[in-house]
Amino acid sequence: MPVEMIRVEAVNKTFGAFQALEGAELRVEEGEFICLIGPSGCGKSTLLRILAGFEQPTSGYVFVGGREVAGPGPDRGMVFQDYGLFPWLTVRRNIGFGPAARGLPKAQIAETVERFVDMVGLSKFADRFPHQLSGGMKQRVAIARVLDNDARVVLMDEPFGALDAMTRERLQDELLEIWARTKLTVIFVTHAIEEAILLSDRVVAMAAGPGRIVADTRIDLPRPRDVSSVEFNALRRSLNLQLHPPETLDAH
Amino acid sequence: MSLVLTQSNRLARQVALPACLPLILVVAWWLGTRNQTYSLIPSPWEVAVEMVDLAIGGINDDAFSQMLITNLVASTGRVYGAFLLAAVLALPLGMMIGRLATARDMLDPMFQVLRPVPVTAWLPLSMIVFGLGPKSAFFLVALGAFYPILVNTIFGVRSVEPRLFEAAQMLGTKPAAMFPRVVLPAALPGIFTGLRLGLGFSWVVIVVGEMTGVPTGLGAMIMDARQLSRTEVVIDGMILIGAAGYISDRAVMLLGRRLLRWSPQHAG
Ligand SMILES: Nc1ncnc2c1ncn2[C@@H]1O[C@H](COP(=O)(O)OP(=O)(O)O)[C@@H](O)[C@H]1O
Ligand SMILES: [Mg+2]
Repeated sequence: MPVEMIRVEAVNKTFGAFQALEGAELRVEEGEFICLIGPSGCGKSTLLRILAGFEQPTSGYVFVGGREVAGPGPDRGMVFQDYGLFPWLTVRRNIGFGPAARGLPKAQIAETVERFVDMVGLSKFADRFPHQLSGGMKQRVAIARVLDNDARVVLMDEPFGALDAMTRERLQDELLEIWARTKLTVIFVTHAIEEAILLSDRVVAMAAGPGRIVADTRIDLPRPRDVSSVEFNALRRSLNLQLHPPETLDAH
Repeated sequence: MSLVLTQSNRLARQVALPACLPLILVVAWWLGTRNQTYSLIPSPWEVAVEMVDLAIGGINDDAFSQMLITNLVASTGRVYGAFLLAAVLALPLGMMIGRLATARDMLDPMFQVLRPVPVTAWLPLSMIVFGLGPKSAFFLVALGAFYPILVNTIFGVRSVEPRLFEAAQMLGTKPAAMFPRVVLPAALPGIFTGLRLGLGFSWVVIVVGEMTGVPTGLGAMIMDARQLSRTEVVIDGMILIGAAGYISDRAVMLLGRRLLRWSPQHAG
């Protein structure tokens, strides 16, 4: 019996007179990997930030792990596109920031930090500062620090959007491997259809004006997935149609 | 070959290039004061001889002989003491003005109005309030160091990237811990800049500070020498202040490079 991890119910969000989200409904089971996809400005980040607790819905309800979201918390780790690492801390101390902030004993922090430094393959760089790392390494640190903080849900806002193609592919593989091992619930925002099909159990498509969820597609392809397979490309075409319906194509 | 070239290149950049202009100036100075028996401006040679007398004596045997160390120590003590006092006041004030709206509304306008008043303008009032002597000197030097530290601390604690607050929040940082865990470390480069400028300013205003009738100090020495028309002593005092200020700034820079090696702007 699957456990419900996230429930978004009739969520509206307005900024002044601007409607960023209208009637958003979303249910996510524990351990699911969800991709949110859609054109820029359709409210993906807004929905993610509401889940994180950085923004409050204007109306509606958001539950994570059965509890209503009342603000940011360590059960929901966020990975930002611009990393958001603390520049004055080494890789090690960045990863241990959450446990230290929550007052865990030092010995325990040191132990788990080492585990996650290894998991993201940064043992050789553990004493470097963020400005001495490449973009891919920074994002590995950002992922490791939410994992080390026992986050049950990981919210990722176009985390690989600023990386070059090779690094992005490596990190996609690593993320899937970590996800398979930890069975975390992941909400991953992207605007790349291929990335969404490659990674997720379900692709939730959004549209703008006002921002809303328009489709929810289950991806049943076996993992690891082959981007050149017939099934993969069939899905790519159908999602493409969802995101760019023919009538809007005519309008351009 | 190319290695030798780059090494000599670097030597040229770091030593020869900065030395060019001073050398030209000294030569011009020497040419201008040569063959002038009653020049108001002493020659470089006279200045050099006087420097030796200031340091070890045995040449003029007057009130200035062998006083270099005494005066240097007196001024250095005042500069660092007053700088520390300024830092102790300006750092917490700057952090409060930067982060607390009430403190900002209450204090910021006052400091904005007081800031343009130069240290020299405070001299008369300071001598009335603190009397002639070291207390006045201390106050004036501290005043000179105070504003750069205050302004940069305010700027430092206000310009923390909002993303870092979000990151700290989602990792479970409690609101009360936000200041020590995020604001303070993020503000360190700004605070450091303020401290460095403040210390530099202390050296700048030391002469004004020592116009208050203190017996020793490089500023006091310059004022005494002026009244006696001993311009070579005045120039030696200027050279000593410049050198002491420079060395003290380099020391702070090195310290900053160690403490702020996480910051791309500071890691040398
Ligand atoms: N804090 C805010 N204030 C005003 N408008 C906002 C704010 N945040 C987002 N918006 C607007 O809401 C819309 C959706 O934004 P966002 O969720 O960032 O879109 P996406 O991430 O899908 O590109 C955009 O038009 C954006 O300008
Ligand atoms: Mg976005």
